[in-house]
Amino acid sequence: MSTSLLDKADPPAQQAPPEERRQRRNLTPWVLLLPGLLWLVLFFLVPILTSVSASVQTGNFDDGFKLTWHWANFVDAVKPYWRQYLHSGIFSVATTVLCLALGYPVAYFIAFKGGKWKSLLMALVIVPSFTSFLIRTIAWKTILADNGSVVRVLNDLHILTVTSKLGITVGTHVLASPGAVVCGMVYNFLPFMILPLYTSLEKIDPRLLEAGNDLYCSTFQTWRRITLPLSMPGVIGGTLLTFIPAVGDYVNAQLLGNASTGVVGQSIENLFLRKTDGYPVGSAMSVIMMVGTLVLVMMYIRKAGTEDLI
Amino acid sequence: MSSTDVLGRTEGGDLRLAGLTKRFGAFTAVDSLDLTIPQGSFFALLGASGCGKTTTLRMVSGLEDPTAGQIFLGDQDVTDAKPYRRPVNTVFQNYALFPHLDIFENVAFGLRRRGFKSVKPQVETMLELVELGHLAKRKPTQLSGGQQQRIALARALINQPQVLLLDEPLGALDLKLRRQMQIELKRIQTEVGLTFVHVTHDQEEAMTMADTIAVMNQGRIEQLGSPAELYENPATTFVANFLGQSNLIPGTVETATDDVVTVSAYGRRLTLDAGRCRSVSGKVILGVRPEKVQLAAAEADVPSGRNVLSGTVSDTSFIGVSTQYLVKLPSGEELSVFEQNTGREIQRPGAEVFVYWDPSQGFGLDGDQDIEAGAALDEEGAA
Ligand SMILES: Nc1ncnc2c1ncn2[C@@H]1O[C@H](COP(=O)(O)OP(=O)(O)OP(=O)(O)O)[C@@H](O)[C@H]1O
Ligand SMILES: [Mg+2]
Repeated sequence: MSTSLLDKADPPAQQAPPEERRQRRNLTPWVLLLPGLLWLVLFFLVPILTSVSASVQTGNFDDGFKLTWHWANFVDAVKPYWRQYLHSGIFSVATTVLCLALGYPVAYFIAFKGGKWKSLLMALVIVPSFTSFLIRTIAWKTILADNGSVVRVLNDLHILTVTSKLGITVGTHVLASPGAVVCGMVYNFLPFMILPLYTSLEKIDPRLLEAGNDLYCSTFQTWRRITLPLSMPGVIGGTLLTFIPAVGDYVNAQLLGNASTGVVGQSIENLFLRKTDGYPVGSAMSVIMMVGTLVLVMMYIRKAGTEDLI
Repeated sequence: MSSTDVLGRTEGGDLRLAGLTKRFGAFTAVDSLDLTIPQGSFFALLGASGCGKTTTLRMVSGLEDPTAGQIFLGDQDVTDAKPYRRPVNTVFQNYALFPHLDIFENVAFGLRRRGFKSVKPQVETMLELVELGHLAKRKPTQLSGGQQQRIALARALINQPQVLLLDEPLGALDLKLRRQMQIELKRIQTEVGLTFVHVTHDQEEAMTMADTIAVMNQGRIEQLGSPAELYENPATTFVANFLGQSNLIPGTVETATDDVVTVSAYGRRLTLDAGRCRSVSGKVILGVRPEKVQLAAAEADVPSGRNVLSGTVSDTSFIGVSTQYLVKLPSGEELSVFEQNTGREIQRPGAEVFVYWDPSQGFGLDGDQDIEAGAALDEEGAA
């Protein structure tokens, strides 16, 4: 019995010394992390450092760019472009708010009333994203075209008269207006709002809502006191997932906007691609957008996070 | 007595269920329940798992719409009232504490929704009552199952509802805490005078706490009465087996007078009080509780006027305070006998014995039922 046990055991000489083995084990997580780390360094850290450094360089494409710590680039990146910053801000905030207002009821309905259709309904929310972003945005040009039925109905109902007075649309058109840009953005980012909302709403135990009902909450009160607080992680996740890409988006402004709806992204593109010496100022604008978004997001999470997320 | 509370409701009145029925598709979970629960009473709904206890409570609280029937609180028909408009609160089987609120806010929830401005004193009193005052700042997930259960109780009780529905509120507690909470619950109920409807499948709990017990089986009330009534005079084999243990002996009625019914079973003649016999002709099931049965080594030792059966001891367990015997009858059936430890000689397995009991201690049931009904369920519930 004891001999057979010994036979099965590895000869001690073939085993690595204990310290070496422990070391190898300690390295394993790093080895596993390596591809990810490499990826981040190559495609995240390097580009960021490049644009930060470019933002304080001077020069042009013909003579090359030199790191001259030219901080005045940042002044040039703000002063002539304040309108674009304003537009980016308004469009992204409006998009986020509208996405929340539209997405919450949809997510709520699917999560609580979807029953066996839940998965199908969620698939329907996501499926349009399988088409190219660009194609979907161009499709909106057709939808909102002047001779289209949408514009006709809106005109017949005199809605465009009101919205044009408010500066949302222009004259009797929808296309080439701030309203069209926000429409496109809301359409494009809505799934990013609905998905996290749905996830957090779906997790809510319906028995908690019954308990609320039992404890003197009407349907609305139950939503206000129980559902809403419990879905806050989804609200925060969804607004971030919508706001962050919306701030940087310029395709919608380009395709659905007009000359006076320019956003920061368009200016950066212009500086990068259509001017020989625009590189540093364009980089400075990118840095401002990045830092600005980061600060806003941090403040937002800070504020929302005090209500103890679950 | 009648007074108006903050919500403008009139207090007072019994809870009455009339023909209350709930069907899920073709399955009938609650079958035409007729029940009156007097105001201020401690009512226990006792039954095996899946017999429709929770469904009944949910209909009373308004969380489930009855398929048919009505619910009255006093003379008010609340069948169609919204749950949040009923002066009824529930302690849920799964606690259902709000995870985003701390313990204090969970308990304060009902009062706040009803617009109370200062809730602190009440909440603190309530938390003291369930002995969890020190946990007021914790979140529900940071509490043990038993603690959560006590908070669920406090959260419902603080509203002083007209009827408090308790869905197995002590299920997660250990035995000691369970006993303690049973006494506490009973005390609270007596003090505040609320109607408690307490659902449980623990028959001991139901017997120690309730004024009235309804034994439920497959969506119907099998029997309703005080604990002693149910124990001494079960109406069906289900109740006889589910509520404590019973020796059930099938037999045939030979003669029946106004006082005494004579039954022949296993070739012997057994008698019982006509008042405790629910069937006085044809087949009958004679029942007797194990602690009412005694053993004798010889038939000569049996006092006169007793019902006697002979058999062989097949199992003896000495428990200290009593000895439990299983006695095998010649027909193969086993009777169980609990004998108090009075210093009598203990019979070993294999011994030939005579079992006997006072005829007034037996009860008679209708012979056309499943003699085993409720027996296995009780073991399941007790486990
Ligand atoms: N929503 C539902 N749909 C279909 N059947 C249901 C539903 N709710 C309950 N039932 C069925 O009704 C019966 C009674 O359920 P109920 O929850 O009232 O049992 P219970 O007596 O409370 O049991 P337990 O002691 O296990 O809590 C069960 O057989 C259950 O499967
Ligand atoms: Mg139940």
